[in-house]
Amino acid sequence: METKAFSNLMKAIMDGKFVYTGELEPHKTADITDVVEWATTLKNTGKIVAANVTDNPQSMASISSLAASYVIQRDSGLEVVYQLRCSDRSRMALFSDLLGASMLGLRNVLSLTGDHPATGDAPQSKPVFDLDSAQLVELVHNMVYEKKDYAGNEIHGPDIQLNVGGVANPGLDPVEPEVIKVARKAHAGADFIQTQVIFEVEAALNFLDMLAEYTDVPVLMGIFPPRSYGQASFFDKFVTGVTVPKDLLDTFKKFKEIEDKAKRKEKVDEYNITYFVDFIKEIRKKKNSAGCHIMAVGYPDVIAPIITGAEGK
Amino acid sequence: MIIVEQKPLEEILGYLKPYKKVLVVGCDGCTQPPRSLREAKSMAMQVEMGSKLEKKDITAKATTLVKQCCKDSVAGLGEMLEGVEAIVSMACGAGVQTLAEAFHPLPVFPAQNTMFIGSAEHNQGDLVEKCQACGDCLLGYTGGICPVALCAKGLMNGPCGGCYQGKCEVTKEVTDDQGNVTTIQNDCAWFMIYERLRDQGRLDLFKTYRPMRDARVSSSPRSIKWA
Repeated sequence: METKAFSNLMKAIMDGKFVYTGELEPHKTADITDVVEWATTLKNTGKIVAANVTDNPQSMASISSLAASYVIQRDSGLEVVYQLRCSDRSRMALFSDLLGASMLGLRNVLSLTGDHPATGDAPQSKPVFDLDSAQLVELVHNMVYEKKDYAGNEIHGPDIQLNVGGVANPGLDPVEPEVIKVARKAHAGADFIQTQVIFEVEAALNFLDMLAEYTDVPVLMGIFPPRSYGQASFFDKFVTGVTVPKDLLDTFKKFKEIEDKAKRKEKVDEYNITYFVDFIKEIRKKKNSAGCHIMAVGYPDVIAPIITGAEGK
Repeated sequence: MIIVEQKPLEEILGYLKPYKKVLVVGCDGCTQPPRSLREAKSMAMQVEMGSKLEKKDITAKATTLVKQCCKDSVAGLGEMLEGVEAIVSMACGAGVQTLAEAFHPLPVFPAQNTMFIGSAEHNQGDLVEKCQACGDCLLGYTGGICPVALCAKGLMNGPCGGCYQGKCEVTKEVTDDQGNVTTIQNDCAWFMIYERLRDQGRLDLFKTYRPMRDARVSSSPRSIKWA
């Protein structure tokens, strides 16, 4: 079945462009003014095609990602990737939210298993997981291509216009079970894959090669330019599957000794730009490498230079 | 085995406040730790001593049944019930309810919380959940390891992104008798399934996409026709 492109993101991927997406994280508040501002900043770089809007990240309940996605896209003009977790909703709730998303003009949805509520700030919540992330991909796929709900009932009215993505964690050890799982998501109908942050270019290339043995689904590799030694070291220690290379950690540790803040930032920016330009240049050589998902929340300065450098312009 | 955990004595004594003559009924069936005659006698003794501390005087007798959840088996309690005002059951929830129905209007109280279907891991001396009685057994496809009971998220299509080096992102705190708290990180069920199937040369099963399950088979209350 030929993939239909409903979103600018998917159109660009299918046109063979190497695309860049960003990340937006609404918080535990009914106000998303700051997130809309960040979306506007991303849009103004002129280089980000769409940005993800997180859904209860780290299992800490925040404002609805559906509501936030709609307002962000409307007010900033930046296309969003509406994230949707299986942790908190039954298939019935997922389905009705997806109908709503299509009606509201959201064109990308990203299927996630979601962290277990026990790992969040309110562990008393009941974990739902009626579907897993591969099954949620299948649900969206059937809504779009069969115009059916999960029980085979017909959806009335306009066609559902959603491109569905899945996620991957290319730094997991061992990575083979993860590759096979991502292949299952592709089998279920994923249009694209966005990955967790990865620093090690060899691991990223290995993941792309292993996945290519199963599927040609396009992959947007996740990167995170750290602003400080603390951030880099946090990712290294606490984020599952993320290993920060020792060289990077050592260099950032040395940067801490630079007393002049402006000079320190200059060094950090310079390092990030060089590191990630090289990283992107390497991964984009792979046929199934379709772009980069840049998770640089609150660190806009490096986004444009990284992309410009990677594009060789 | 059906794994049970005794309730605090205060809770049990709370149930028994209005009564003076009590029968504690053990169960020789599938409860683990065992809840047979010996444990029923011990519970009866605890009830009597506990009531004395509260300046009450409960008389507690003890007996046991082969299977408290079997209606035919519970009929054997007949004579023991003479003069009894309340029953304390040492069985799982099914046993408690069978007694409550069989001997209504006599009140029946649970002496424990029914935890899960599991087995003993002798290396660690732990009782571990193994089955959720989901009604749609997948063990034939998953190398004999249950993703419904052993995956914290009950996933059907492989490990989530929280699995690292074979461990699950979910941890739990276990308190022992002395009040010492240990944090346990579970093994990732899907990682175990991957290794088991890989070692058996059956990775094709691991690669198979599993569609959404029909939740009706595991939705309570369930019943089946038997004979």
